[in-house]
Amino acid sequence: MRSIISFVLLLIITWGISLSLDRIPFGESKTHVGDYYIEKGREETGASNVVTSVVVNYRGFDTLGEVTVLFVAAIGLSAVLYTRRKKQKGEVEPASLVLTTGCRFLFPLILLFGAYIFIHGHLTPGGGFQGGAIIASAFLLVYMGCRGRRISETGSKTVESLSGLIFLVVGLIGLAVGGRYFLFNFLPKGELNSLFSAGIIPIIYIAIGCKVGSELGGIIDRLVEESG
Amino acid sequence: MTFLQDYAYYIGAFGLVFIGLFTMLVKRNLIKVIIGLSILETGVNLFLISVGYISKGTAPIFSKTGLKAERMVDPVPQALVLTAIVIGVAVLALALSLAVRLYHHYGVLDLRKIKEQRW
Repeated sequence: MRSIISFVLLLIITWGISLSLDRIPFGESKTHVGDYYIEKGREETGASNVVTSVVVNYRGFDTLGEVTVLFVAAIGLSAVLYTRRKKQKGEVEPASLVLTTGCRFLFPLILLFGAYIFIHGHLTPGGGFQGGAIIASAFLLVYMGCRGRRISETGSKTVESLSGLIFLVVGLIGLAVGGRYFLFNFLPKGELNSLFSAGIIPIIYIAIGCKVGSELGGIIDRLVEESG
Repeated sequence: MTFLQDYAYYIGAFGLVFIGLFTMLVKRNLIKVIIGLSILETGVNLFLISVGYISKGTAPIFSKTGLKAERMVDPVPQALVLTAIVIGVAVLALALSLAVRLYHHYGVLDLRKIKEQRW
């Protein structure tokens, strides 16, 4: 009975949405602001990846809020899963030699790949969030493969706080030097399509990558610890 | 047929939204409800990306000379979806941690067996 009611309700919702979708033709129009970003983005920010120039430069303050949301979610997860009594460690069956060696071999390579993704965020598809997720997947591999290994909690907290501070301080320096707005791009733009270009964008993306990587690593750490 | 070709991404996106909402409304297992939330989110992201698409367009990256600006897809929905994916991961992690707590407290994940959760 409930599923039938839900189905009818959803059909009505879908019908209403499809009425409004008639106005949005597929594959044609572009918004004016999107046109502006594509036309002027290269000169104004120096990044050849327009999405990166939108995320870090035009909407940099928004990205700061987004990083804060991720941080708050990580804190909330720690608070919800917090247990006062230390769980007694059960006997963990050690992983086989092949698995352990493979993890040890792959871990630095995955870290390197994640770092590559977020350092080249202004040139290629990718950026801080994607690179951070890849770094967190390296930690997940270690947790799954070589059991009993842990990230040091102080280390991850330090990296997280430092990279958040770098983001804020770079934005405040831009405010002080340029005097116009928060996250002002005060460094030289450099040559288009080279690694040292786009002013503060690579610095901020490196900070975001480290922050997201350590935060997602912390979330994985909590969940693995909870599952015993 | 041309209607299907023109609106395939919209249909796919709202199919995912439909599946996700239906899962959230009908299923009683908390983990399945969270899976439905995740599917719903994927559908919304796909819809936002496909709104910004331009026929035979390229990614908005000037990696080579000779890429035309007018053939590039809209970068604004892509930037928004980048935000939405990260927030989605945060929401998923928080929801799973609440599910873990509920399981510890009640011993079941079935919403029918949890008295305060019944609807």
